[in-house]
Amino acid sequence: MATQDIIARSATTTASPSVRQFDEVAKLIDTTVCIGCKACQVACSEWNDLRDEVGDNVGVYDNPSDLTADSWTVMRFDEHETSEGDLEWLIRKDGCMHCEDPGCLKACPSPGAIVKYDNGIVDFDQDKCIGCGYCVTGCPFDVPRISKKDNKAYKCTLCSDRVSVGLEPACVKTCPTGAIVFGTKDEMKEHANWRIQDLKGRGYENAGIYDPQGVGGTHVMYVLHHADKPQLYSDLPKDPAISPLVGAWKGVAKPLAMLAMAATAAAGFFHYIRIGPNRVSKEDEAAVEHDAAQAGTNSPDAGGTSDER
Amino acid sequence: MNGNENQDLQRYNANERSNHWAVALLFVLAALSGLALFHPALFWLTNLFGGGPWTRILHPFIGVAMMLFFLGLAFRFAGRNRFKAHDRQWLSQWRDVISNQEENLPRIGKYNAGQKLLFWVLVISMLALLFSGIVIWREYFSDFFGIGMIRFASLLHAFAAFVLITSIIVHVYAAIWVKGSVGAMTSGKVSRAWARKHHALWYDEVRKNQR
Ligand code: HEM
Ligand code: SF4
Ligand code: SF4
Repeated sequence: MATQDIIARSATTTASPSVRQFDEVAKLIDTTVCIGCKACQVACSEWNDLRDEVGDNVGVYDNPSDLTADSWTVMRFDEHETSEGDLEWLIRKDGCMHCEDPGCLKACPSPGAIVKYDNGIVDFDQDKCIGCGYCVTGCPFDVPRISKKDNKAYKCTLCSDRVSVGLEPACVKTCPTGAIVFGTKDEMKEHANWRIQDLKGRGYENAGIYDPQGVGGTHVMYVLHHADKPQLYSDLPKDPAISPLVGAWKGVAKPLAMLAMAATAAAGFFHYIRIGPNRVSKEDEAAVEHDAAQAGTNSPDAGGTSDER
Repeated sequence: MNGNENQDLQRYNANERSNHWAVALLFVLAALSGLALFHPALFWLTNLFGGGPWTRILHPFIGVAMMLFFLGLAFRFAGRNRFKAHDRQWLSQWRDVISNQEENLPRIGKYNAGQKLLFWVLVISMLALLFSGIVIWREYFSDFFGIGMIRFASLLHAFAAFVLITSIIVHVYAAIWVKGSVGAMTSGKVSRAWARKHHALWYDEVRKNQR
């Protein structure tokens, strides 16, 4: 849809069309208000016309049990026992975090298959996707899924189609408790601060916002009761960052490798020009004649022996 | 005089030559389709394979086919590529090698130390490519591996491909540089003078066996 506000584009080394500028947006998910009703999951499949296969119950409330190419958001339920022996039900809406520094985009080899808009939304263009799965390798949150039907990568779009025409994402619109809110990133941080104050006042001294700086911050943020231990929320990573292995694979090593390969070919070319080919000379040919003459008259062992095999 | 004495020497038979060229052709296809995904500047190479998705689909199959033929080649040539005492000497005189001053070098057998080094670098990088390639083969195999393993394999695959491609550039250049070598892999024959100059011990050996 929007094509003049792309600030990053996969496998692209020149500037992308980026004259139009927008405020950074963010979706704030307040885990302390979420009741796990999954209305947002339904709204997501409604708006995006996705109908996942009906799966099996795996013994917990998570349904489907994981993100798939047709389920771009999933509620993850965790039963947590506090130090006082109380049960806390920690429910987290999982999905793409819309990273400021997206590992998926960094890894993708297909030009324009992944773009990041000026408002911060990271979007996949399935028409340009080649199905290699590098985005899965690059993502620190295990989000993209390759469809078994068409071998294309899918994930939450943050309803980029809705946002570009001034609407909020479908999940936000539908949430009955107001646990999901949407606005500019600054507004959402402010909203989170107000929520965190409230939680602290009610005894959750570790309440805080999840906006991990290892990926430059995210455009989907959480309010957590236990911001000091995000792992409690179905393994939400504590300090997510693009893996150093991915950084090495996709970073400076690549242009250097290109240069080294070109330099090797150039070294060959200039070796040929400066030093030149290694040819058999007249003397070498004469020596062969000589060996032959010797062999004809002499012992069979003209050229010396060898144990080489 | 022995009637054989003026004829060229047989260096590779028809099976060896066919095997070599099968590996070479598949290597070029594997390298071009892999490089297409390696750097944005080379993505246009996907056009040679019918577009991005086809490149992604074909590359691993080409790689595996190349591996199968390469194994054949490796078994044929491994015995001749064991390092010998004179190889160290030969390598230490690399300056004489690149300045075409071969007369200063030790007499060597069918392969020189550079060729042996290349052989083993190829064996190692090919195996690394095979194993890492399977791990990153998303459509069929990646689901069996953890994310850490997949990330490591991605890096290893790109690195091994870089080593392999760079080595092959050197290999091809050596064939252009040392005149009279290409015939060994086309007709299978080299001149006696070529053999005597570059592989003296092998020259002796072949002559001895002809008697
Ligand atoms: C031995 C069997 C091989 C297998 C199974 C294999 C598999 C793969 C796979 C699955 C990919 C990811 C793209 C895709 O899904 O198509 C890939 C990428 C690549 N392959 Fe291979 N491959 C093999 C051999 C080779 C060889 C011989 C070369 C080089 C001559 C090579 C060079 C590359 C390169 C440069 C990439 C891109 C790496 C990157 O994106 O950084 N591969 N390979
Ligand atoms: S969470 Fe994963 S898929 Fe989403 S933007 Fe970040 S790296 Fe990309
Ligand atoms: S699967 Fe598609 S979106 Fe993901 S990295 Fe490959 S080309 Fe890019």
